[in-house]
Amino acid sequence: MSGKFLTWIDDRFPLTKTWNEHLAQYYAPKNFNFWYYFGSLAILMLVLQIVTGIFLTMHYKPDSNLAFASVEYIMRDVPWGWLMRYLHSVGGSMFFIVVYLHMFRALLYGSYREPRELLWLIGCVIFVALMAEAFMGYLLPWGNMSYWGAQVIISLFGAIPYIGDGLSEWIRGDFVVSDATLNRFFSLHVAALPLVLVALVFVHIVALHKVGSNNPDGIEIKQNKDANGVPKDGIPFHPYYTVKDIVGVGVFMMLYLGIVFFAPEFFGFFLEKDNFAPANSLQTPPDIVPLWYFTPFYSILRAITYPLFGIDAKVWGVVAMGLSIFLLFLLPWLDRSPVKSIRYRGPTYKVMLTLFVVAFIILGYMGMKHPDHTDLIWFKNVRWAQLGTLVYFAFFVSLPFYSRREKTKPVPERVTFK
Amino acid sequence: MKKIIIALVLAAMPPLCTAAESQVPLDSVYVNLNDKASLQRGARLFVNFCLSCHSASFMRYNRMANDLDISEDLLKENLMFASGKTGALMKTTMPADDAKKWFGVAPPDLTVVARVRKPEWIYTYLRSFYLDEASPSGWNNTLFENVAMPHILYELQGSQRAVFKEENGVTEFDRFELQEPGTMTPAEYDNAMRDLTNFLVYLGEPAKLKRYTIGVFVILFLIMLTVLSYLLKKEYWKDIH
Repeated sequence: MSGKFLTWIDDRFPLTKTWNEHLAQYYAPKNFNFWYYFGSLAILMLVLQIVTGIFLTMHYKPDSNLAFASVEYIMRDVPWGWLMRYLHSVGGSMFFIVVYLHMFRALLYGSYREPRELLWLIGCVIFVALMAEAFMGYLLPWGNMSYWGAQVIISLFGAIPYIGDGLSEWIRGDFVVSDATLNRFFSLHVAALPLVLVALVFVHIVALHKVGSNNPDGIEIKQNKDANGVPKDGIPFHPYYTVKDIVGVGVFMMLYLGIVFFAPEFFGFFLEKDNFAPANSLQTPPDIVPLWYFTPFYSILRAITYPLFGIDAKVWGVVAMGLSIFLLFLLPWLDRSPVKSIRYRGPTYKVMLTLFVVAFIILGYMGMKHPDHTDLIWFKNVRWAQLGTLVYFAFFVSLPFYSRREKTKPVPERVTFK
Repeated sequence: MKKIIIALVLAAMPPLCTAAESQVPLDSVYVNLNDKASLQRGARLFVNFCLSCHSASFMRYNRMANDLDISEDLLKENLMFASGKTGALMKTTMPADDAKKWFGVAPPDLTVVARVRKPEWIYTYLRSFYLDEASPSGWNNTLFENVAMPHILYELQGSQRAVFKEENGVTEFDRFELQEPGTMTPAEYDNAMRDLTNFLVYLGEPAKLKRYTIGVFVILFLIMLTVLSYLLKKEYWKDIH
């Protein structure tokens, strides 16, 4: 019965073919480690954000007079509304944690190298789209930090010479952040960008399954096939990695739901206290800071304090911030090492990557703090941010020069698997 | 661009409604949402005093009554002065325009105030009013200098005077001196303010009452699920060498 039904479907839609190509006969390297959980977790977060977002949209009002109250309505009067809201607000932060770790995995094992350049580029576009999605979603609660955060970030576009003022006005749809801004951000946040994200993630997976997954050894398993044309070090994604990823999901959900139920504000990192006051155009919060996932880039923006060639420091700040994201796109062509994985690379890359991570964390921390204060030892926050910015760029700029001559270790024929 | 500049300049001016950063140390307060009696006493204080001028306009009376085990009769008799319907939002009867005329600023909504300010801040604030002839209302507050709000609870606390000390040319707050006792002793008043703070924490997030309990069950379920899925994974992966 089921066999006949399946044939009926398969004659009309490539169901079995798709299932086999992408799951049952998609061969993934058998030596995936901890870092390989975050791809599937990112998909999980995307789905969860969409589902919780749909429920929130049923009750939320994108109107500057009603938005704040409608969020509190969701928190109180909508059955389980508080849970949907916390899943979504904490979910945003968890999504970024997962995505940052997913990207770091690529830096560890050279997953952006040939033949996965396009896969990496699509991933970078997803990252940019995700940042836009998060930024626009953050305006919707219409709290005071939402309002002023949007005000500051949109006014950055005003730094662009000649077209800046017109451009930022065009983005806002008004001279200041207002009801018009809220409405368009709502539309982009719930319709346009999720569509873009889902489409990009689909393309990301198609590209991945064309070239095949990289692995902690950075070897191409397709170069070593058995008589049936199956990679010797490959195992079918389903059932092996489906059952393995479920374990990852379980552990991840404990962390995620632990925060949702026991610390949804996460000490002001995931929900800022100033955002529980409604938007007020006459009352600026003492420190306007974006949420934690933007602070490394925000730090780079604020680190540029010197005018150059007669151009304002603010403009250079915007340029530096844009460049810091753009450089990620170039990574496949900046890295010229003969090997992919950090396991076989020379000490220089290991040192540079460590410095890069430290710089990224320092930048993130400094982005939450006032530039003129001293929260770390030795010197002012802005100096730390400048040092961090220098290291951040040095990682990319130095890469093509040392990676070519890197002293590497011999790469094994087959993957290491205990 | 000009409007932004105007907005920024306006924002940078000392506005009527923002608290000057105060150096007064905050007193710790024991917040316990399982203490229903304390929440009920806090609710009573809240509707009798705060709600005359402030709203809690995102919260409904009957939700509060349900959460705090207050019967509908009791709610109608003792806790509702403004509106007849138990499902109504907790809004003040004072028109916002009048309030602005009388106090110079409309009293802010208090529904989520405990999430903007810390409980410690609220507890300290409520106990830091002192007599000040220079202020329009006759009252001032050490934690929130030149606050527009008068000491609405002076009947309970009595009136106190702030004693300042001068050190190296800087005037600093030293201590309060009770001028005229109120209907409560200082210890009773502190307890009452703890109840009110407790209630405001509840008011800020009613879901907090059940969030933790549900969370425990969710985590227990996830632990079971993770252990089982780990065993499943181990079983499958036995054939991979």
